Amino acid sequence: MIELYEQLKQRYALGEISVQRFDLVFITVPRENLASLLLYLRDTEGFTHLVLLTAVDWIEDNKFQLTYLINNRESATDLGLRVIIDRDEASMESIHDLWPTAATYQRELKEMFGIDFPGSPRIDEDFILEGWTEIPPYRRDFDTLEYSRDTYLERPGRSTSDPAQHMKQLFYPEDKD
Amino acid sequence: MDKKTHKDPAKTSAELPSVDLNPPEVQPQKPPAPPAERTIELPEELRKRTVKGPGGVEIEVEPLRDYYCEAPPTVMPAAYSKIVEDLFNWARAESIWILGFGTGCGAIEMRPLMTPRYDAYRYGIQWRPTPRQANLFVISGYLSVKTLKRAIRSYEQMQNPKYVVGLGSCTINGGMYWDSYNTIKRLDEYLPVDLYITGCMPRPEALLAGFMDLKRMIRAGEAEGANKYAEYFDWYKANQKRVIKDWDMPDYSW
Ligand code: SF4
Repeated sequence: MIELYEQLKQRYALGEISVQRFDLVFITVPRENLASLLLYLRDTEGFTHLVLLTAVDWIEDNKFQLTYLINNRESATDLGLRVIIDRDEASMESIHDLWPTAATYQRELKEMFGIDFPGSPRIDEDFILEGWTEIPPYRRDFDTLEYSRDTYLERPGRSTSDPAQHMKQLFYPEDKD
Repeated sequence: MDKKTHKDPAKTSAELPSVDLNPPEVQPQKPPAPPAERTIELPEELRKRTVKGPGGVEIEVEPLRDYYCEAPPTVMPAAYSKIVEDLFNWARAESIWILGFGTGCGAIEMRPLMTPRYDAYRYGIQWRPTPRQANLFVISGYLSVKTLKRAIRSYEQMQNPKYVVGLGSCTINGGMYWDSYNTIKRLDEYLPVDLYITGCMPRPEALLAGFMDLKRMIRAGEAEGANKYAEYFDWYKANQKRVIKDWDMPDYSW
């Protein structure tokens, strides 16, 4: 994987690399390079399988991180490409032309994070949620607890106990500490 | 087996923490949701439109009015004499046909009941593929708002007499999805629940015990959920519409 990184580095501007395992590596790349890099990796380096496309909300930096995880079946290695995009008016180039399945991930990201992928098929249709009217629910500034309190009626009398404490009480009530 | 520690499975649902299953008129009503950021439009096939018939006749079509019955459900009075009603109730109790609609994890526990090991069929309980043939709707776990919509329509398509059983903590108070943005927390706000079976998830034995309780209730004439639904129809509809924000179905779908 390191050789691959060195080799890619000669052609593309790459950001930092983080080696998770010998067969799992993440590389941060500038967004302009992403599509050509994916195409090159898919067609020349054998990373033919798009495992997932997901996002992380770095609300403190006002950024979204997109992770494109691709897999090389021959060598059983995974490579994650990370792209950092702006959180306001978040939008990214679609890669549904490289992997048609990406369109589904992109629809999900549009609905759950509000990241737009112009040109991606059916991107504006409801995906999992129906009739959602709030900010996208996976954004970290969306408070699910508060929303669920406000929206769904609760039954009074619900209590929560710490499992460890509860079992201790049950089986070793004399044990104090 | 030690007789003292043996727990009669039939007791499990009798030991339920007492939950009030009646739709109370004076429930804490939440204020209506704030105006939506996004206006939700009806899907195209449900919008009013003109279609051209044969010979160029133009026909106005309004799917939500034209294709469904608009009359709300009505309360079904008991039979003219107690002995006849008792006979009916006995018959109802002995043929419980469940709608094969699984929601949430609990649907998994219904499968073993259909197999020889637990064999619910010996009690006159069986699963049916369509709401038209079913009289028991088992809500088998958490209901997302999206599923609630389908559950309501399925329930309304079932014919009287009909019953609803809530299965698992999720239907009672939200269970482990109590803080989820997308699942309801009290089933009886939206559908008239006759009986709850506790557990996460309840074992098939608990379900069988619950069904036995339901049978007793039906025979005693206590499983009046469908009538409650008819009586408090507006209350239920208001609750349903508060969470289903893209209401694109008729108010009552026979
Ligand atoms: S009560 Fe438990 S098993 Fe049942 S739907 Fe909820 S989480 Fe799943």
